[in-house]
Amino acid sequence: MVPLNHYLILSAILFTIGAVGVFTRRNALIIYMCIELMLNAVNLTFIAFSKFLNNMDGHIFAFMIMTVAAAEAAVGLAIILAIFRNRETVNVDDINLMKG
Amino acid sequence: MFYIIGGVAVLSALIMVTNKKPVSAAMSLIVTMLCLSGMYVLLDAHLIAALQIIVYAGAIMVLFLFVIMLLNIQEKEGRLSGHKIFLQFAWIMLVGYIFISMVKLIGGGSLPARIEESINGFGTTKAVGEILFTDFLLPFEIASILLLAAIVGAVILAKARVD
Repeated sequence: MVPLNHYLILSAILFTIGAVGVFTRRNALIIYMCIELMLNAVNLTFIAFSKFLNNMDGHIFAFMIMTVAAAEAAVGLAIILAIFRNRETVNVDDINLMKG
Repeated sequence: MFYIIGGVAVLSALIMVTNKKPVSAAMSLIVTMLCLSGMYVLLDAHLIAALQIIVYAGAIMVLFLFVIMLLNIQEKEGRLSGHKIFLQFAWIMLVGYIFISMVKLIGGGSLPARIEESINGFGTTKAVGEILFTDFLLPFEIASILLLAAIVGAVILAKARVD
């Protein structure tokens, strides 16, 4: 049996990779993928704790996170499409309309 | 088994972050999703593992690929070189290996005994569904409203402007 710590460490590694991706990449689509990766890492934490605490509420939380991720992906990709239609770019450095 | 799947997940996540082409990044993310699904099977979360493949690797990633190809932002590239073909072949073999190991994982032990054990067990569709439709009924309904709002929002945002 793999101890809980290893699951948490794996989840932390994946979350960090996702966070680094959000901060370093400039392509909006890849930033979205990194956000999905971070949500998945959190899901893994929920499921691992759920197993080790022998309580299935974590599964419900993972289910809800998946719902939110699906909604976020749909709306986010629609926003990217709208931006691309207006600005002809998905580079987040060029999208500075709301910069003060 | 945990360390193999975890290693592949971290590796493909790194490839996703470092890769230049969005399509390759999406493919690596799919591999990460499949590895995480294997993790959920290891943790007895069978329903969540199935949902992970159906919703993430299926629906969301297809949506991503669809938008990537719609925007067509990737730089032009020449004919596939032998090196690239080999790389793709290696990827396909890797994904196949993950599938085989997951099948082995699920099929380990005699099947009737495992079904017996998981009928009123932990993380099955029945057990999760019972909690979802009793204790968590209100969050479930709110999630449906959230999805409705997302559908309406996506359609309005992505609709071509008719002036």
